[in-house]
Amino acid sequence: MYKKIRLLFSLCLFWSLALAVQAAPLRLATTTSTQNSGLLEILLPAFQEQTGIEVHVIAVGTGKALKMGRDGDVDVVMVHAVAAEEQFVADGFGSDRVQFMYNDFVLVGPDSDAAGIKGVKTVTEALKKISSSRARFISRGDDSGTHKKEQALWKAANIQPGGGWYIEAGQGMGKVLQMAGELDGYTLTDRGTWLAYKGKVELSLLNEGDNKLSNPYGVIAVNPAKHPDTNYADARKLIDWVSSQAGQELIRDYRLHGEPLFIPLLLK
Amino acid sequence: MESLSAASYQALYLLFTGDSALWAIIGISFSVSVRALLYAAPFGILTAFLLAYFSFPGRRLLVSVFNTALSIPAVVVGLTLYILLSKSGPLGDWRLLFTQDAMILGQIFLCFPLLVAMAHSALQASDRRAWETALTLGASPLRALLTILHETRFGLIGALVASFGRIIAEVGSSMMLGGNILNYTRNIPTAIALETSKGSFAEGIALGLVLLSLALFLNILLGQVQGKGEVIQ
Repeated sequence: MYKKIRLLFSLCLFWSLALAVQAAPLRLATTTSTQNSGLLEILLPAFQEQTGIEVHVIAVGTGKALKMGRDGDVDVVMVHAVAAEEQFVADGFGSDRVQFMYNDFVLVGPDSDAAGIKGVKTVTEALKKISSSRARFISRGDDSGTHKKEQALWKAANIQPGGGWYIEAGQGMGKVLQMAGELDGYTLTDRGTWLAYKGKVELSLLNEGDNKLSNPYGVIAVNPAKHPDTNYADARKLIDWVSSQAGQELIRDYRLHGEPLFIPLLLK
Repeated sequence: MESLSAASYQALYLLFTGDSALWAIIGISFSVSVRALLYAAPFGILTAFLLAYFSFPGRRLLVSVFNTALSIPAVVVGLTLYILLSKSGPLGDWRLLFTQDAMILGQIFLCFPLLVAMAHSALQASDRRAWETALTLGASPLRALLTILHETRFGLIGALVASFGRIIAEVGSSMMLGGNILNYTRNIPTAIALETSKGSFAEGIALGLVLLSLALFLNILLGQVQGKGEVIQ
């Protein structure tokens, strides 16, 4: 009798333990623009179907996403800020970083295009025109990947933006597009958010295509050496999966409002 | 991992070394909210006086409306004004969206119901005979009104302090209407939201400390003012 109870008890214990282990979802910190692009809603269910791993997405700014990784609050991060990603890995907080896809940034502005950047070949030249005509430019100003990209572009153009025409908004991409529409300003946006907002704001796509506007995405596991309690095994599986042929094809075939958005980097 | 104490320590450091960006944000917060309160106060107190001293059709309904308006979320006020002030909205020609004036407008709408409701209950508790006596003694209605306001000053100051507390700490409408623009419409609450999203918690805590110490100061002030009122024997 005793033996039976003990067996039953240990079975229960084992079962609940197995359940607890299985139920632990993979926590992914990513940026709001990745979330808004809708790609994760295609990628993650396919990943779950293949591996049985449920992914909880926490969409925040790039700075906070990496901070959550540093603090061990998530298991894996997916961001688009090359320099910050390299720093994150160099500081020992991240491991197994893979650049798996890219999209691009575009310059949008009022239809009237007072600065005349439409059709200008390079983004550097376009930014010079905006600053010399003192046309209003709305900056994210929130330390996000897009904000960092914008700062790098100004720097490449040898311009120190400032003064009344340069507005630092400190808000997300969608909000900044709305502000640019309301204030007749220019702004730099990732193509995904632009496609989602295109019909809702009084702005036009004015400049695109320069190599400098490319926006590579990285996926990084939180280093188990720093935070042994994170779900490294599943993080590794996610990284392998988005790099796999199946994952890369899903990325290639993804359409937002009928237009392709991401270009896979590891497709064979 | 950055501990709470380390972030708080760095926050105090930023505050006391006079970090100019931090103090600019604090300055904007105060200037916007004080102006909003200055615009709202005369009308709010007058409305409360009318509701407390005169009976007219719909008075009770109006009191209920103001009491209900107490619980309107800030984001709803923000969204309504946003739609009105947007370029494609009816008041778009004013070009007020993403300016300090738009924030002030939002804060006026936020504190007005609270101001009216609290001032109303303060005035209701006042002695109507003071009003009648003053008029009988030949005082002008304005003079009589000032007498009543003086009689109920503790309750009215309480209403002002509570209203200020509501608008200085609200984030929803300031974010939508002001746009969180650096050195222009970025106030303490929207800056806390931004710093948190950037993961720089020290700045967020520093600004939170300012709000907390302000709340403490206002409450002490309120206690002092009300303490000078008559003690019930």
